[in-house]
Amino acid sequence: MKVLVCISHVPDTTSKINFTSDNKEFDKAGVQFVINPYDEFGLTRAIWLQEKQGATVTVLNVGRAETEPTLRKALAIGANDAIRIDADPTDGYFVAQQIAAVAKENNYDLIIAGRESIDYNGGQVPGMLAAMLNIPFINACMGLEIEGDKASLIREIDGGKEKISASLPLVVGGQKGLVEEKDLKIPNMRGIMSARTKPLAVRPAVDADHKTSVGSFEKPAPKSAVKMIDADNVEELVSLLHNEAKVI
Amino acid sequence: MSVIVYLENWEGKFKKNTFEAAQYAAKTAEMMGTEAIGVTFGDISDDASVIGKYGLSKVINLKGGDFTEFNNYKVAAALKDVASQNGGDTYIISGTFNGKAVAPVLAIQTEAGLITNVIDMPSSTSPLTVKRSVFSSKGLVSYSTDVANRIVVFIPNSVGVTEGEGSAEMSEGSVSVGDVPQSNVTDVDRVKGKIPLPEAERVVSGGRGMKGPENWGMIEELAEVLDAGTACSKPVSDMGWRPHTEHVGQTGIAINPDLYIAIGISGAIQHLAGVSNSKTIVAINNDAEAPFFKAADYGIVGDAFDVVPKLTEAIKKFKAEN
Ligand SMILES: Cc1cc2nc3c(=O)[nH]c(=O)nc-3n(C[C@H](O)[C@H](O)[C@H](O)COP(=O)(O)OP(=O)(O)OC[C@H]3O[C@@H](n4cnc5c(N)ncnc54)[C@H](O)[C@@H]3O)c2cc1C
Ligand SMILES: Cc1cc2nc3c(=O)[nH]c(=O)nc-3n(C[C@H](O)[C@H](O)[C@H](O)COP(=O)(O)OP(=O)(O)OC[C@H]3O[C@@H](n4cnc5c(N)ncnc54)[C@H](O)[C@@H]3O)c2cc1C
Repeated sequence: MKVLVCISHVPDTTSKINFTSDNKEFDKAGVQFVINPYDEFGLTRAIWLQEKQGATVTVLNVGRAETEPTLRKALAIGANDAIRIDADPTDGYFVAQQIAAVAKENNYDLIIAGRESIDYNGGQVPGMLAAMLNIPFINACMGLEIEGDKASLIREIDGGKEKISASLPLVVGGQKGLVEEKDLKIPNMRGIMSARTKPLAVRPAVDADHKTSVGSFEKPAPKSAVKMIDADNVEELVSLLHNEAKVI
Repeated sequence: MSVIVYLENWEGKFKKNTFEAAQYAAKTAEMMGTEAIGVTFGDISDDASVIGKYGLSKVINLKGGDFTEFNNYKVAAALKDVASQNGGDTYIISGTFNGKAVAPVLAIQTEAGLITNVIDMPSSTSPLTVKRSVFSSKGLVSYSTDVANRIVVFIPNSVGVTEGEGSAEMSEGSVSVGDVPQSNVTDVDRVKGKIPLPEAERVVSGGRGMKGPENWGMIEELAEVLDAGTACSKPVSDMGWRPHTEHVGQTGIAINPDLYIAIGISGAIQHLAGVSNSKTIVAINNDAEAPFFKAADYGIVGDAFDVVPKLTEAIKKFKAEN
């Protein structure tokens, strides 16, 4: 079984987000980058498939050389090899085309991406990729079992979940539940050492276009100062919620 | 040119979410000087004419074996076919889990420019330009697309609905979905009697300060008097005190209700990333230094076990009197 895990390289969740002075770009200065949290669940799930069901796990990122430490971390966690497609990931459509080109060559049985990338929050890449390959796409996937060429999956829906069965190959947009938080693999010393020598192939981008363009960034308006209410006077809160905030 | 809107129904019923999509589409169509057409799937038990109150006059109902269970490829193919029958070039989809499964597939099938996570009405329809949220609500940016077909996926609750006059006519349509990748829903498990978080107008949320799952009764009672959904912080769901579907924040569900009440939640940056778009935030915490107070509109420093039951009573009293 060949599994591809798509890894987005994103600012650490504690990062303060700033934009360049012309507001045209995200300012990376001083920002720590990590594996997209949604992709961590998928990566650990893939490693389990490797450990228990003999899968080989390839990790892939579309990005410049600066993303290699993130791919090396994924190798240290246990992936067999890595691919970096050398391009600026300029929109979801562009990224999906890049991944599709690799997927068409390698016939992966399973492609695991994240439900969304916490930088641009697009939720676009996995579904577009599936549609380009014309294979099923299960988003918000919180459970995945593979037997032979059959997959049983659990997908989050509004107010609940549903069970799905499908045949491989397919694409999932994964999240917590693929594995639990406590199961997330972290690199150990041996993993880190062996990651240094695992293959990381750099490929040029294929010709691809964009369908969207970005205008200028801004920060949300800051909240006005909090109004504190005495714990013995909850009636005042009720009246503020009714008269001032008009939410009850 | 016309606007096609995916009108989701849940077991035959429309929700606020559906109306928000209808209204978004109607207003967009007005900007474009054209009409908007709603598409809904399966048997409808609600009176479809109410959709008219949100500006749509025409709803197409697609039934049959292809649409008895949700399949994103079939919905996408059907929307595309309705568009081709009606000159549709602009698609409006609410960012529910189903909407998010349909949109990227539809984007490839129609070669459309897809803009997701949208929080506002378009500022222009040629090229289509909309504001969207990025970096988990820590930034906003305007996106535009100048390709012929375009898809807007807006965040539920972000533009709101206002009921007007009007009545929509629903007719049965027919489409061909062709050969699509197969996946089968074998079981649907929807929590009954609870308001799904993404569409809740009010949300009561508990954190580790609640000490244990046995104390959630007071959270649920407060939620009940407010007709609110319930949510929790990540550690609370990680410890299994509450179901994973209640976890809000950067790595959980992002919500933007009218009212968010955070009880015993410290206000970590990852938590705030998923809730800071709420219109009004109330924080209840026994530590006056809790970071949540910086992100809140109203705050009470106090013991949740004392404040929450009092607040529930006060709201009950207020409701009885008004
Ligand atoms: C220089 C630069 C310019 C940019 N300009 C634009 C722009 O003009 N318009 C625009 O829309 N965005 C722009 N971006 C953002 C960039 O497009 C996104 O990082 C990328 O498109 C994915 O965003 P998404 O939120 O749609 O991903 P999602 O669809 O939310 O990601 C879901 C999953 O897809 C996979 N995935 C996503 N991105 C990658 C990746 N790069 N490599 C491997 N797997 C991935 C991961 O598994 C991820 O969990 C720019 C980024 C950079 C660095
Ligand atoms: C990659 C990553 C992603 C994350 N994503 C998320 C996410 O999506 N959502 C999320 O919530 N967290 C997320 N976190 C975790 C986050 O950093 C915090 O650890 C978490 O939000 C804290 O939860 P809490 O506020 O319930 O608990 P705590 O931080 O322990 O806070 C408990 C609060 O309760 C108060 N309290 C205690 N007793 C009482 C009482 N009797 N009455 C009133 N108040 C009381 C305390 O003063 C304290 O402020 C993430 C972390 C990481 C690293």
